[in-house]
Amino acid sequence: MFHREAGIFKTSYAADMALYPLPIARWAVAVLAAFFVVIVPLTWGDYPLSVANLVLIAIVGALGLNILVGYTGQISIGAGAFMSVGAYTAANLVVHLHAPFWIALPAGGLMAALIGAIVGIPSLRIKGIYLAIATLAAQLIIEWTINHVQWISGGVQASITVPRPSVFGVKLVSERQIYCFLMFFVVLAIVATLNLVRSRIGRAFIAIRDQDIAAEIIGINIFKYKLYAFAISSFFAGVTGALESYYLGIANYEQFQIDVSIDYLAMVIIGGLGSVLGSVFGAIFVTLLPIATRWFLEASGGIFFAQADMLNVIPNLRLVIFGGLIIFFLVVEPEGLNRLWRNIRNYFRVWPFSY
Amino acid sequence: MTILAKSMLTLAAGIAAGLAYAGSASAADKELLIGDQCDRTGPTQIVGTVLCPAMQDYYKLVNSKGGIDGWMIKADEIDNAYKVPEAIEAYERQKQMGALLMTLYGTPQTVALNQRLEQDKMPTTSPGFGISAAADGTRFPYLFPVAATYWSQAAGAVKFAKDQLGGDLKGKKIAYIYYDNPAGKEAMPILEALQKQEGYDMRTFAVPPPGVELGAQIIDITQRYHPDFIIAHLFGRSPSVLIKGLKGAGFPLKHVIGLVWASAEADILAAGGWNVAEGYNTLQFAGAGDDYPVRDEIKAMYKKDGKDPPKEMADTVVYNRGLLQAAIQVEALKNALKISGGQKPTTEQIKAGMEQIHDFTLGGLVPPLQITATDHEGGGWVRVFQVKGGKFVAATDWMHPYHDVVEKQVKSAE
Repeated sequence: MFHREAGIFKTSYAADMALYPLPIARWAVAVLAAFFVVIVPLTWGDYPLSVANLVLIAIVGALGLNILVGYTGQISIGAGAFMSVGAYTAANLVVHLHAPFWIALPAGGLMAALIGAIVGIPSLRIKGIYLAIATLAAQLIIEWTINHVQWISGGVQASITVPRPSVFGVKLVSERQIYCFLMFFVVLAIVATLNLVRSRIGRAFIAIRDQDIAAEIIGINIFKYKLYAFAISSFFAGVTGALESYYLGIANYEQFQIDVSIDYLAMVIIGGLGSVLGSVFGAIFVTLLPIATRWFLEASGGIFFAQADMLNVIPNLRLVIFGGLIIFFLVVEPEGLNRLWRNIRNYFRVWPFSY
Repeated sequence: MTILAKSMLTLAAGIAAGLAYAGSASAADKELLIGDQCDRTGPTQIVGTVLCPAMQDYYKLVNSKGGIDGWMIKADEIDNAYKVPEAIEAYERQKQMGALLMTLYGTPQTVALNQRLEQDKMPTTSPGFGISAAADGTRFPYLFPVAATYWSQAAGAVKFAKDQLGGDLKGKKIAYIYYDNPAGKEAMPILEALQKQEGYDMRTFAVPPPGVELGAQIIDITQRYHPDFIIAHLFGRSPSVLIKGLKGAGFPLKHVIGLVWASAEADILAAGGWNVAEGYNTLQFAGAGDDYPVRDEIKAMYKKDGKDPPKEMADTVVYNRGLLQAAIQVEALKNALKISGGQKPTTEQIKAGMEQIHDFTLGGLVPPLQITATDHEGGGWVRVFQVKGGKFVAATDWMHPYHDVVEKQVKSAE
């Protein structure tokens, strides 16, 4: 009754190829966009906006990783390293050449894409877990290189201070302004990914993931497209790293170590491999979960534990709950939160009937 | 309803209840809120599980004596698991709760939050980690190391080596073994500057993270380089591995000194015990051992409640560092209350109060810090404690050698 496909007639190729052909989908996206792009920055306070900014940065990174892991099936534990490449490139350009953000961000992305393509070369010969180890090696090598090569890392401290960007002459200082800045890139990334997976390149990626030998036989140059996948995913990761260094005001490789790579992999897996909405859900889930469990424990832990023990209990229980909830969600729906959402949506698609 | 739906509903209800309660913690009257970030979990939990309770014990002690001029201290502690995004969220949350004074935890976190401190005018302490150049109060107005930075520690180690080797380092060989990350490399500029000044020969040995494999470096040092003195700047599990390895290679531990994070009881015990580590020298920025009146006061406080003193007190080195951290904060608040005339102090007044701290030694546990508007480190005081006969014995008094060299480095750092 709600999600009605019957009675929707498209009369032009453009309407047929639209991202959201159904009116209900268009309305839903319009309402969400109006809420997150217009209402949220105007009404939320500084603290919720700072949490939202962290989530926005994570969404861009998760989208990139999902292109590689979800759509092309190449497991990669190098996300953190590509982010640090993007962050340091952008930071060096800003500090030494005074580059504005619309040069520094793409440059960071392109440099990360180049490094990502190089790291992707082994993917021709190895697949699956073996490729994961190769990308893990890349993560550690890039970390070591940044640590030891002074002209990249900007000194023995290996951290470069990045001033906030200026957009049309206005320096972005408050959380609100940074939120709008980041939201622009998130919208760009989501639209780009949605279109990428519907295009020729995206279909090649999906073919490689599903059955790469068959893809090669029908004429897809899998080496070229695997390198594209690494390059595009690393571009997203590089932009994420550059955005994070703009937000924090500092580029420091210790922010992009292997635990960050594992975090992003967790976002993509929990959110749903091979879907844009899954990346968004996963990014929100993994970023907000530690914060939410702490709120929850602080509010309700007093029922179970003595006040004095609380300080010791909360951080440790937080880790336990975090891991437990991940296991719970994966047991309930191994294909991730996206599948959970699809199940709900499909239920309403034929509501009030059941099939 | 299915089990899944029921469990999802209860979870959602729980989170909603939590959200309803959280965020409503506002400071009551006559209450000063301190925002602490302290990691009881994560890679540095070996330090955090002792440091954090120590700070809470000190606040409890002060509150039990009636607070500071009637103002009670409320400390909010958040664990950031040594991750930067969580540290930022913790900072924003404590700022929203109305924290007047903060302590950060972890070098990458301090580096990431540095700009916001200045923007939000939030005085913050970062003892024993963070940005060494923050000793310059004019460039980092709201960041207070309040304890010897790695540069001052390196200078202290060289002075101790000089005294142990007969007062002259010309021609002697010093080995610097360090953890291969920015914090580990931080001491090198001072060591190189002093090398030119004192004329010793130095070789550096990097230990890759996580630092539990030191066999190659130990062979390199003991069999090939044969130094007269070893300065060790290691964290986590590495110091104990180093002590055990050097003892096994037959290098005299009385010619080894560890900087502050290689110097806790936990490291000695993990290396095999007090007799294995006999002679090992440790650099401290807070007094080690049990011999301080404030520790007796805390034990008495617990006894009055009918409880035993907490087991964290056994790790005197890290526990006393926690006491130092909390004590400096309380002293700053006391000075700020004097400035504000008994009203609730603003964060600028607390900054000014912090910059008035001098001659506050807490019975010898805190060095004679002189924190001023230009010197946020307080002078770079260190003290060497040696492992002798099953405990830490003071080998030197409080000193801050080569202070001019350290100051020059602070001024010239970008």
